[in-house]
Amino acid sequence: MSEPADLVVLEGVTKVFGDAPPALKDVSGTVRGGEITGLVGPDGAGKTTLIRLMTGLMEPTGGTLTVLGHDTRTDAAAIQSAIGYMPQRFGLYEDLTVGENMTLYADLRGLPQAEREAVFDELLTFTDLKRFTARRAGHLSGGMKQKLGLACALLRKPRLLLLDEPGVGVDPISRRDLWAMVEDLTREGIGVLWATAYLEEAEACDRVLLLNEGEALFAGPPAEMTGRVQGRVYRVEGIGARRTALAHLVDEAGVRDGVIQGEAIRLLLAEGAERPPLPDGARIEATRPRFEDAFVDRLGGGPGGHSAIAAAQDAFPDDDAAMIEADGLTKRFGDFTAAADISFKVPRGEIFGLLGPNGAGKSTTFKMLCGLLRPTSGTGRVAGIDLSRQAAQARGRLGYMAQKFSLYGDLSIQQNLDFFAGVYGLSGRRKRTRTGLMREIFDFDRHAGQPAKELPLGLKQRLALAAALMHEPEVLFLDEPTSGVDPITRREFWMHINALVEKGVTVLVTTHFMDEAEYCDRISLIYRGRSIALGSPDELKRRVASPDQPDPTMEDAFVALVKEADAEREEEAA
Amino acid sequence: MNASRRFVALVRKEGTQALRDPSTLLIAGVLPFILLFLFGYGVSLDSTHTRLAVVVEAPSPLTDDLLASFTASSYFDVTTGRDRRAYEGELVAGRVRGIVVVPQTFTADVAAGRGGTVQMIVDGTDPNTASLVQAYTEGAIANWQGMRATERGSDATQPINLVPRYWYNAELTSRNFLVPGSIAIVMTLVGTLLTSLVLAREWERGTMEAIMATPVTAFEMLAGKVLPYFVLGLVAMTVCVVLAVGLFGVPFRGSVVALYALSAAFLLPALGQGLLISAVTKNQFLASQLALLSAFLPAFLLSGFIFEIQSMPQPIRWLTYLVPARYLIPSLQTVFLAGDIWPMFGRAIAMLLLFGALFLGLAARATKKRID
Repeated sequence: MSEPADLVVLEGVTKVFGDAPPALKDVSGTVRGGEITGLVGPDGAGKTTLIRLMTGLMEPTGGTLTVLGHDTRTDAAAIQSAIGYMPQRFGLYEDLTVGENMTLYADLRGLPQAEREAVFDELLTFTDLKRFTARRAGHLSGGMKQKLGLACALLRKPRLLLLDEPGVGVDPISRRDLWAMVEDLTREGIGVLWATAYLEEAEACDRVLLLNEGEALFAGPPAEMTGRVQGRVYRVEGIGARRTALAHLVDEAGVRDGVIQGEAIRLLLAEGAERPPLPDGARIEATRPRFEDAFVDRLGGGPGGHSAIAAAQDAFPDDDAAMIEADGLTKRFGDFTAAADISFKVPRGEIFGLLGPNGAGKSTTFKMLCGLLRPTSGTGRVAGIDLSRQAAQARGRLGYMAQKFSLYGDLSIQQNLDFFAGVYGLSGRRKRTRTGLMREIFDFDRHAGQPAKELPLGLKQRLALAAALMHEPEVLFLDEPTSGVDPITRREFWMHINALVEKGVTVLVTTHFMDEAEYCDRISLIYRGRSIALGSPDELKRRVASPDQPDPTMEDAFVALVKEADAEREEEAA
Repeated sequence: MNASRRFVALVRKEGTQALRDPSTLLIAGVLPFILLFLFGYGVSLDSTHTRLAVVVEAPSPLTDDLLASFTASSYFDVTTGRDRRAYEGELVAGRVRGIVVVPQTFTADVAAGRGGTVQMIVDGTDPNTASLVQAYTEGAIANWQGMRATERGSDATQPINLVPRYWYNAELTSRNFLVPGSIAIVMTLVGTLLTSLVLAREWERGTMEAIMATPVTAFEMLAGKVLPYFVLGLVAMTVCVVLAVGLFGVPFRGSVVALYALSAAFLLPALGQGLLISAVTKNQFLASQLALLSAFLPAFLLSGFIFEIQSMPQPIRWLTYLVPARYLIPSLQTVFLAGDIWPMFGRAIAMLLLFGALFLGLAARATKKRID
């Protein structure tokens, strides 16, 4: 019997939950053996639903899915015995050790006793987990859990491997390791589906299925997608005040999209459009298009450059006062040091980023600077106010946007706005104008009565920003503000932030997201509780540039700097 | 072959987890101890030395005689007075449990053969104590009447002298009743609460999804949960019985076979209910709330454990037929205090098996190998 070339065939797949808008609408595409197929899209696009449909754990509302030649509706059992699946939350038993987890899945998948020793040995070597065989899964780092999850999914060499966002919560180094492992597998003919919200990962895939709001926008090799914007992407350098320049440029006719990249601006022009007029001294040159450019183009281009919210706000005095100061901030939990001797100063009107993998100490530093966590030693000041003495007063001057949606899900948009206005001490006419303004700017009126938890992701994110900006704060704290949102929403968000910064607002942002780091004026790279590098994005990139890597990306810089820090630690230990 | 290996793997995993997880140890090990000690030492439903005020408005030899029948009773600690108002505050404050008022006209009424009237005031907010006090008071007065009739050699019918004797629990210690009952509560905790929690946790942590995407069948998954917690339930029960007999001196007059047969039968509906709850909620918090409301509280309140079913209003009495613990508790008490009464146990086991089949069947229906 000849092997079908396509391991998965999707034909007009639709999935509807209750009376919500369809999670998937008429999706078609294929996953082939020996390739990595990227299932790409922002959070809420339908990626997890589509994978669950492929495993046969869910039934489609319409259309058909054929996996390894079996219909998922009728032959789920046959599919489940031949695939490997790693759900988003690992699926590991935290109370069991690495070895016990593998034994369990080996039993469940019916791996013959005779083959076990060899297979375990191979997988533990492959994932570099051999040293940790006796460690409980709950005590592994995010990256190691992900590798163990992969090892469990590979026990019985599957023909198809489904990975649901394996890159989430994992530092870039582990992510690269994981990617290399998966690439190895494709050489043996295994078909891999790799779901991701990171658009840069899409470029490395052999084939991409791009989902947005349940619709497949593209299916095919990524180069075909980026080819659509070939010759329309430019890099503008030497433009001076890049935030103001960007706001003007994106409003020019013929400009589809623009983003800040360190000290430069990246522009996407409409088909056949002329290059926009540039100030003297600015250089413009064509650059290699990226997947994200093509995605934004497909979505109809980015938002404009005018931020009504910044326009409605008075500018803060134009001085060089240090608005955020960290001086030797250290936090210990028992004998674990979460943050050690972190120092930096952020002058007014600057965007400062704390960049680092999960668990590096970003959030700890962040919480000490909002006065939510008392440092073991060192001091933090916001707007000149010492947080150890007058934390409440300092908090009144800062706006905070938490990583997770932290508004009241059962309240409507209006009720949430009213609540936050009240919390920040707004009342009477000021409260009415501010909440009214937010409703108008963020286009909340269509959804004003709906409970916040039912809003689409992009709108939730806008609401969180509106709540944080309610009292016109001088300092903004943003915790992973745009991870997982679609590129249009992310651009809109940064458009507001950029405009506010021009008005003198100071921003501190934590992120593990390399694209977000590009918006910062300066970045502190946090790794294992320490700041291992500090500088502008371009400085950091230049620092790691080498003959074989003349033009490193932010992620390349991150990986190189972290490896450097690891090498130093080992030297110290030796 | 593969099926049995998968089943064994699941059971082994469950066992390892249960041994390593502190919350399992807490629910299956520590909580039963606390409950047993509470009912062994802390709670007593026995009523002796109830404080009672007797108000005699106009003392006479006749009333002295009546008073003596109260003071002689071991049920009462009696204080006497002339004015009921002196004791009203005491009653409200709970320092006395009742006031018996012998009115001014009492002596004259009895002498004239009109029959005396005695007033009884009790605190109705505590109906259990109130009815006990009332019953004991009536007993004391009846006693007095009987003695009087005998003394006078009256032509009235010879009063019957009742000598109560309580079988099986001769000392009428409530501990002997409560400890066997609390063993049923412990099995509810392990069977329903713990089981629903561990399964809901698998949904929350995503392990359920990973397991479902393997060739495991829904039946194997269910059976892999039932067996370990069935064993754990029996172990917890055994520990409780050893404690009850060894430490609290509760008699054990039945057979070990009957004890295990009843317990095993009870664990089936308990486990089934736990599995059903977690399959429906898929959330630890909801599961624990539902388990407490639908299993733990009914086992406590509607099973005859603390409140006698016979004295419940009719609609509530019907409701108790839906509580599996109701069938177990009287049989368990019988095993401990009386001995083996197989016809009674047989009926109880049959009902428990029926409920077990129902709950396990529903749980199996709810546990499909599907996420939506």
